[in-house]
Amino acid sequence: MAIAVEMPKMSDTMEEGVLVAWLAEEGDAVSAGDVVAQVETDKATMDLEVYDDGVLLKKVVADGASVPIGGLIAVLGKEGEDVSDILAKYDGAGGDGAAAEAPSAEAASAEPAAPSGDGADAPQPVPTPADDGGRIKASPLARRMAQEGGLDIAALRGSGPDGRVVKRDVEAALQGTAPAAPAPAQAPAERAPDRAPRPTPTPVAPRPAVEGETYEAIPITQMRKTIARRLAESKFTAPHFYLTREIDMARAVEVRKQLNATAEAQGLGKVSFNDLVTKACAVALRQHPNVNASYLEAEGEIRRHHVVNVAVAVAVDEGLLTPVIRDADRKGLAQIAEETKALAGKARDKTIQPADWEGSTFTTSNLGMFGIEEFTAIINPPNACILAIGAIRDVPVVQDGEVVAGKRMKVTLSCDHRVVDGATGAQFLQDVVRYLEEPMNLLL
Amino acid sequence: MAELQFREALRDAMTEEMVRDENVFLMGEEVAEYDGAYKVSQGMLDQFGPKRVIDTPISENGFSGMGIGAAMMGLRPIVEFMTWNFTFVAFDQIISNAAKMRYMSGGQLKVPIVFRGGNGAAGQLAATHNNSTEAFYTNVPGLKVIAPSNPDDAKGLLKSAIRDDDPVLFMESEVMFGMKGEVSDEEDYLLPIGKARIAREGDDITLVAHSKSYWLAMEAAEELAKQGYEATVIDPRTLRPFDTEAVIDSVKQTNRLVIVDECSPYGGIASEVAFRIQSQCFDHLDAPIARVTAKDTPAPYAKNLIEAWMPTVDEVIDASKKALYVN
Repeated sequence: MAIAVEMPKMSDTMEEGVLVAWLAEEGDAVSAGDVVAQVETDKATMDLEVYDDGVLLKKVVADGASVPIGGLIAVLGKEGEDVSDILAKYDGAGGDGAAAEAPSAEAASAEPAAPSGDGADAPQPVPTPADDGGRIKASPLARRMAQEGGLDIAALRGSGPDGRVVKRDVEAALQGTAPAAPAPAQAPAERAPDRAPRPTPTPVAPRPAVEGETYEAIPITQMRKTIARRLAESKFTAPHFYLTREIDMARAVEVRKQLNATAEAQGLGKVSFNDLVTKACAVALRQHPNVNASYLEAEGEIRRHHVVNVAVAVAVDEGLLTPVIRDADRKGLAQIAEETKALAGKARDKTIQPADWEGSTFTTSNLGMFGIEEFTAIINPPNACILAIGAIRDVPVVQDGEVVAGKRMKVTLSCDHRVVDGATGAQFLQDVVRYLEEPMNLLL
Repeated sequence: MAELQFREALRDAMTEEMVRDENVFLMGEEVAEYDGAYKVSQGMLDQFGPKRVIDTPISENGFSGMGIGAAMMGLRPIVEFMTWNFTFVAFDQIISNAAKMRYMSGGQLKVPIVFRGGNGAAGQLAATHNNSTEAFYTNVPGLKVIAPSNPDDAKGLLKSAIRDDDPVLFMESEVMFGMKGEVSDEEDYLLPIGKARIAREGDDITLVAHSKSYWLAMEAAEELAKQGYEATVIDPRTLRPFDTEAVIDSVKQTNRLVIVDECSPYGGIASEVAFRIQSQCFDHLDAPIARVTAKDTPAPYAKNLIEAWMPTVDEVIDASKKALYVN
């Protein structure tokens, strides 16, 4: 029995994936756990593993094809096994498959296949028109006969109206007098898809700037689509309000210096200000279960999370990702620093896995390194809040009636008013401030 | 076997049943003194007398209701309509009473009645007198509808209809009353209601047609045979209950189906047959099911127009060749 390899759901937010590259060829023997292809999801490029042993009988989609979750990617089975059952089962249910490669211009100009034999009554084969996206047209009987006869209906040329494959075409094929079919390797790829081709991220290079053109068209990547969808959803459904505090970071600067001196002596990585904020938020979240929560309308509940998982927004070439520091309230600063650094690296080189970004209960976003003094961030659903972190600035402050040099940082908490009220958010923020202004509290 | 006209076969059926069962009687417009508008009941008044062969006023709703009442009280009336065009004024009696009484009385009452007469277009009779009423009545649960194409079926089925305990609508044709055909001289010749007749067998295509359309289908089949395509022709004879199995069995052989039917296309007999076959026989179809019907307008009067409006042999051949993917 041949086995279908479907596009897996590789992340909570994934709806479709782009098959970036095949790593196995048709005819290759594969074992469960082997990586046969790479798939670009909305977040990252991930390995597609197979779950069964067998021979890769058919690559149903071509490089660059976008496939919805559950869409057919490949067929595994025994050497020489018939795959038409599975292809027929998924026919019409798949994504745009290899449509990106469907050569519409070539198909339109293709010569009809040479007439078979000298059968005077045999109608001239009609080439399948390319304008319907290459869907296979076949009579129900022809489909059944092809299936029973072990023929790939996609490889048959139809002689009926609009290239419909009918009984006589299957009979001719079964008798070995079929009109020449397209090369088998290409046939399924050309015919399998049921939708018109549309641009996919990888294979389509941006058009070079032409004189007179006023813009450059860049295909929307999976990641940008996801960012667009999720942030719009957040901004349109979660009523945001914003709480801003200025934090005296003088002690934090001192503590960080000491910590890093100790860390260096022990061969550990440096702790950043951001790591301090992560830890401060995590400890405060443990004390404010109303903030470490999610408003889940569909489930009809507000969920208070037992874990404190702080996501940290990381800028990457195509957009941003939010890897998660799990149980951050229970981890030391060195561990938080190390994990954050590792995850940011994985995000940038696109090796990050869903497990790395799923399950956050709170998110921080830091634009301080760009000199941003303060800003407001959009909540990362289903979190209740996000903390926007600005730069630490040297500012004159009044201390004991005198103007002295101070170190200040502004943070803005965006709150989902459906679950966090003003006072709730303010009290949480007060504790975050307390931990950062007196970092020794983090040790208590 | 005896060669009889269609009207004679009907008359024989009624006469035999009236001799056999004194509860059977005939009534309708001009069935007695005038021997029937189309001479179907010729001589029956003399044979059975005015108590059992009854002339009625021109009042279809009235005498239909009277017949239904008589049937409910235990008689077995045969109600003749001059044509089915005039049953529209008796629609309420047929649909609200005849069809539903057994159901609504929980089986305490039954309505063993036969309504019969000429149905369908019959030439230049214009829009109001050229209705094919099959689809109106097959749409109603509780009614049986029979529309034979030849004298033999007419006799065997009318006798069965008279003996049936449910209301049976028996549809003849004004243009077929004079048609001659061999009729079984078997004593007490009964044909089963709901059973199709395979009139012709071929492997290439199935044609389904009843009443007058059956003859179009047969003519088209002969022409197709000359061109090398052998058709199976099925005369369903009964339209409700419909012998779906017979059509399925054939379509499994031929993989293609054309239905010929004089009804208007929308929701006609052909629509129902096509639905049944595509739903129960999908994987055996090599081509879309085709139908040839009357055109979707009121019947025209002008000779050339009514000829174009009716299904034609050429249309049946064209539809068949399209289903055969030849042209």
